Amino acid sequence: MTMIAITSTGPSLDDQVDPRFGRAAGFLIVDLETMDTRYIDNGQSQVMAQGAGIQAAQLVARAGAGWVLTGFVGPKAFKALSATGIKVGQNLEGLTIRQALKRFKSGGIEVASGANRAGRGGR
Amino acid sequence: MIAAVASGKGGTGKTTVTASLATVWGGPLVAVDLDVEEPNLHLFLRPTIEGREKAHLTVPVVDEARCNCCRACADLCQFAAISVMGSVILTFPEMCHGCGGCFAVCPEKALSCGQRELGEISWGRSGPVDFLSGRLRVGEAMSPPLMRRVKGRLQQMLGSVGGDAIIDAPPGVSCPAVNAVLDSDVILLVTEPTPFGFYDFRLAWQAFAPLGKPLGVVVNRAGLGHDAVYRFCRDQGLPLLAEIPYDRDIAAAYARGRIVADLSPELRETFLSLRGKIGDLARQCRPRKAVHA
Repeated sequence: MTMIAITSTGPSLDDQVDPRFGRAAGFLIVDLETMDTRYIDNGQSQVMAQGAGIQAAQLVARAGAGWVLTGFVGPKAFKALSATGIKVGQNLEGLTIRQALKRFKSGGIEVASGANRAGRGGR
Repeated sequence: MIAAVASGKGGTGKTTVTASLATVWGGPLVAVDLDVEEPNLHLFLRPTIEGREKAHLTVPVVDEARCNCCRACADLCQFAAISVMGSVILTFPEMCHGCGGCFAVCPEKALSCGQRELGEISWGRSGPVDFLSGRLRVGEAMSPPLMRRVKGRLQQMLGSVGGDAIIDAPPGVSCPAVNAVLDSDVILLVTEPTPFGFYDFRLAWQAFAPLGKPLGVVVNRAGLGHDAVYRFCRDQGLPLLAEIPYDRDIAAAYARGRIVADLSPELRETFLSLRGKIGDLARQCRPRKAVHA
């Protein structure tokens, strides 16, 4: 069974991939076998001054996701996701959730080897 | 007495005022540069540095053999500096604010003390004035922990020699600026009578007035801009303690690292008078203990 978490601007498959990981509006958790979806709101991480990426990583880990599909991942979030063996597919901004899923299923998404954004943490 | 020289807007003349006040102070004084992100008071006071030390923050290090990932530390930490991801515990030392909460709540005693370097504290003398300064490590994101170390040393220095202190604060109204003025007896707000200057001056007033400390205003570059700052001070009953004229010669002297109070007898008198008024303000208002942020 593969569960994937996609950063999403809303709860439906036709919403946009949220380009931000840590400060994404939410995560659409998709079970690839049943295509059941579940939306997790990420508002709690959005308001954090720092550590949003780490907290978001905890959320998707707890949801049981094996993959994260998103736009940009910062270094701390990447470290947190890697530590639990969650694979990251990035640079998917501009797609809808449905389009990102299609690309994923066709094997068109590579496992990222590192963060593609500098950290935003600080003040 | 501790006087903090603050501003909302950067570049209004905090260091100009601090250096000039230090020069005319009379009596034992420690001049402190608490703008640890970009200290520059030394450029004007040119102190002889007598000592320096690195400052560190205690951060948690996990003994993975003892940790059972119970999440007590992760649930407590508001900054995700210690996080549990499934059955893996991760630390992000650069996120740690050093509160020590994780050490206190860990039931397995699985945390030991590590260190993150915050920066450097240096001290020395500039003529009759004691000098103290902090410099944040490049890459360090938080300045308040280092500022607290500098203030700790200031208390030691004041405890051993007595006297006053004048603090060159960082600009702005966020944690570093509030930390710099928190332990002072008087806050001096330096502004310029421009729209930008006034806007940030009002923010500074909103941030610092609730601390319940006496506030005084210094208008730098007087003659420029408009009268909004003056009207605001009048309406709020904020005392205008000094005006420094908008003058090309002052700017040129500043650029060469000269002290403005040394430029002319009139300017020296401006700062002598300001020094007296700061003392009056501190005496009028009995110091109240601020609630620690």
